[in-house]
Amino acid sequence: MKLTLKIWRQDNAKSKGRFETYHLDNISPDCSFLEMLDILNEQLINKISHPVCFDNDCREGICGMCGLYINGRPHGNDDAVTTCQLHMRHFSDGDTITIEPWRAKPFPIIRDLVVDRSAFDKIIQEGGYISVSTGGVPDGNAIPIPKNKADEAMDSAACIGCGACVAACKNASAMLFVSAKVSQFALLPQGKPEAAKRVMAMVKKMDELGFGSCSNTYACEAECPKQIKRSNIARLNREFFKAKVVSEE
Amino acid sequence: MIELNSKIPQGELSEKWTKYKAAQHLVNPANKRKLDVIVVGTGLAGASAAASLGALGFNVKIFCISDSPRRAHSIAAQGGINAAKNYQNDGDSVGRLFYDTIKGGDYRSREANVYRLAEVSNNIIDQCVAQGVPFARDYAGLLDNRSFGGAQVSRTFYAKGQTGQQLLLGAYSALSMQIKKGSVKLYERREMMDVVMIDGRARGIITRNLTTGEIERWASHCVILATGGYGNVYYLSTNAMNSNGSAAWQCYKKGAAFANPCYVQIHPTCIPVHGEYQSKLTLMSESLRNDGRIWVPKKKEDAEAIRKGQLKPTDIKEEDRDYYLERRYPAFGNLVPRDIASRAAKERCDAGYGVGTGHAVYLDFSSAIERLGKDVVEARYGNLFQMYEKIVDENPYETPMMIYPAVHYTMGGLWVDYELQTTIKGLFAAGEANFSDHGANRLGASALMQGLADGYFVLPYTVQNYLSDQIYEAPISTNNPAFDDAEAEVRRKIEKLFAVNGTKSVDSFQKELGKIMWEHVGMGRTKESLQQAIPMIVALKQDFWQSMRVTGDNNSMNPELEKAVRFADHVELALLIAKDALQREESCGGHFREEYQTDEGEAKRNDNEFMFVGAWEYTGEDNEPILHKEELNYEFIKVQQRNYK
Repeated sequence: MKLTLKIWRQDNAKSKGRFETYHLDNISPDCSFLEMLDILNEQLINKISHPVCFDNDCREGICGMCGLYINGRPHGNDDAVTTCQLHMRHFSDGDTITIEPWRAKPFPIIRDLVVDRSAFDKIIQEGGYISVSTGGVPDGNAIPIPKNKADEAMDSAACIGCGACVAACKNASAMLFVSAKVSQFALLPQGKPEAAKRVMAMVKKMDELGFGSCSNTYACEAECPKQIKRSNIARLNREFFKAKVVSEE
Repeated sequence: MIELNSKIPQGELSEKWTKYKAAQHLVNPANKRKLDVIVVGTGLAGASAAASLGALGFNVKIFCISDSPRRAHSIAAQGGINAAKNYQNDGDSVGRLFYDTIKGGDYRSREANVYRLAEVSNNIIDQCVAQGVPFARDYAGLLDNRSFGGAQVSRTFYAKGQTGQQLLLGAYSALSMQIKKGSVKLYERREMMDVVMIDGRARGIITRNLTTGEIERWASHCVILATGGYGNVYYLSTNAMNSNGSAAWQCYKKGAAFANPCYVQIHPTCIPVHGEYQSKLTLMSESLRNDGRIWVPKKKEDAEAIRKGQLKPTDIKEEDRDYYLERRYPAFGNLVPRDIASRAAKERCDAGYGVGTGHAVYLDFSSAIERLGKDVVEARYGNLFQMYEKIVDENPYETPMMIYPAVHYTMGGLWVDYELQTTIKGLFAAGEANFSDHGANRLGASALMQGLADGYFVLPYTVQNYLSDQIYEAPISTNNPAFDDAEAEVRRKIEKLFAVNGTKSVDSFQKELGKIMWEHVGMGRTKESLQQAIPMIVALKQDFWQSMRVTGDNNSMNPELEKAVRFADHVELALLIAKDALQREESCGGHFREEYQTDEGEAKRNDNEFMFVGAWEYTGEDNEPILHKEELNYEFIKVQQRNYK
């Protein structure tokens, strides 16, 4: 395959960015998108030019490290995949591909296509856990959990924290991310004691960090590589409302 | 000169850990916050250790190579975690898990460590459930189990095909809670460049800030290394791109013995290699072997026709298929341990029965779909099937998967004693970074168990024991001359890398090293292949230092520099792997020397001469490392030839 790439280049957070155009030839359709970028970088190195920086690690769709905005869609034009799982067979010979970083105020650019997503960690640190220390816990089977609840909690817990939901949202809202974590614990008996405190603290932090509000367009659900459902957002709203109205804290 | 003292407590096997805990020294709560602990790595072992030590009240700093602790490669573990709960009433017990692990490791691990691992395995499950890890459950709402290789009981707990993810997120949440409390400080996008030694003890580390290029100093009373394994020495592996053996190698060069580097696990069920551009190999969980059957054509001409695209796997009649694992190992069938399954696949492919490129075998679900229905298979393995389809562009519900072995895990690592302390005082190693529990071969679903056992339930005790007399030490300062020296050394190394200014990229060297290692120090090794590999690695190292090029500079984000730093260590580590494989004139577990096999092609150990842990001591850049031997004494288990027939 022959490709033209238009890639966002930016030296650091403060400098001005621009699109640069590159040409690639002989790309195999079985090659992954990131392997295609590896080939580009190898060529740039051979020309003593600085290779394109992009975050990536596991390359099997689970670590959540990679994330590129490809032709206007987070993680590109295949459904339910991360950028590293996207293969070149989803493009055609002669295509021009535009590659950008996540664009959202709470995710400042570090270099080229790399952004700082530590805001997600900060939200989790506010309450994305059950406050249990090591040891002194009951037997794993002491509290039975209905299978459908456990399965539903697992579906919410499958979030990989890549940030595609924020990148896809016109408001840069982090509602899908936050709601997935709130839902996981709201569905489990272990999460109940702190449910009200958790949802209030996480939502407060999300707002503080500059993530926008949800206006129910659900671009987040459409682009989520792990198919986290928007019903999580509904549950977050219920949990938040419940906490506001009935919480004793 | 290093001395190996494993410090195994006296007494009955089942009493050792209890006795250790009863006799260990403690630190009073007021003093704990005066003691600094550094943890490097945020995978299962690192995150759980930092969270637990933080909860105890120690002052913890944790360093992470990625942008968040949640990215660590523990997250990619799919199948499950073992524990001796015996919820299935199928004959499991601590003793059984202990025995299976020792046998699975081909009698090359330490009894006392493995017994402790089996003992605390049950606490891990309880801990994770309390954290809200959504393990799979049955219709009564109780925890479900599946089977894994090397065991005849169902003891593996799982969360769909994402068990590692859920356990890591559990540890990450515990860590996040401590960060919020202020007992743990997190430093992300940092790579450890060196360990700092003061008066023979580990007293801190030097890091490079991967965003700004700054070289930074960090002081502490002890250092815990939880940086994973060194599988990426082989280039193509199931490891993440950033996984590397560099930090462990720095510790080795400062005096920590490196044990059993030749024990590298090749996982049998990975998606086969398909092109030169390939950057990694993707694992297909071992849990698939619960219901998938592995086969190749019985007739060579059928295999050839498949390779040429003239026949499809579904064209091969049942009687013309060779389910070689079921044929060779009727007792365990498709659930033999990984080393055995990998070698059996290689044997068939080498004999000309391979499919695909010739380096692949089938993993077939048709009989499971027939027996259980597509829905059940989808519920069990749906996400794995989807992953396969995305990569290979074939539907595994309709045509069998193609798989081939790939480098996956390293049983070798920093030598540690019973307390998980290396031969450097105050330097601990946990998880895949140490060598301790898996002998020559790790059983499936045991890596998650070991990482969390080390972090939640072993280090909080042993590190405290070490720190108990450290309250008398003045706070460690980064102004100590030892930090000046270490930092200067790191800067020299970086300058030296830029100064080469050759023509070839670092990746091209790592790919070349991978080829040498896979072909000569891979699944089947011989004296000859190893003797060939050693001068090839030495030559590659020389070439690297003459003709490699790092672009960019040291004052900004520069992945090329990161790769160069790691490769400089990997090429040296590769040499030690080869040397270790050469000295071990026997076959055991993942280390298969073709000269040493039984008439039936099984690994043939030599217990008289090689029943020891081979721990290597660094003696300088141009000197030969020294091999130290820790004899393994089996007091409680009868050593036998491993038999899965």
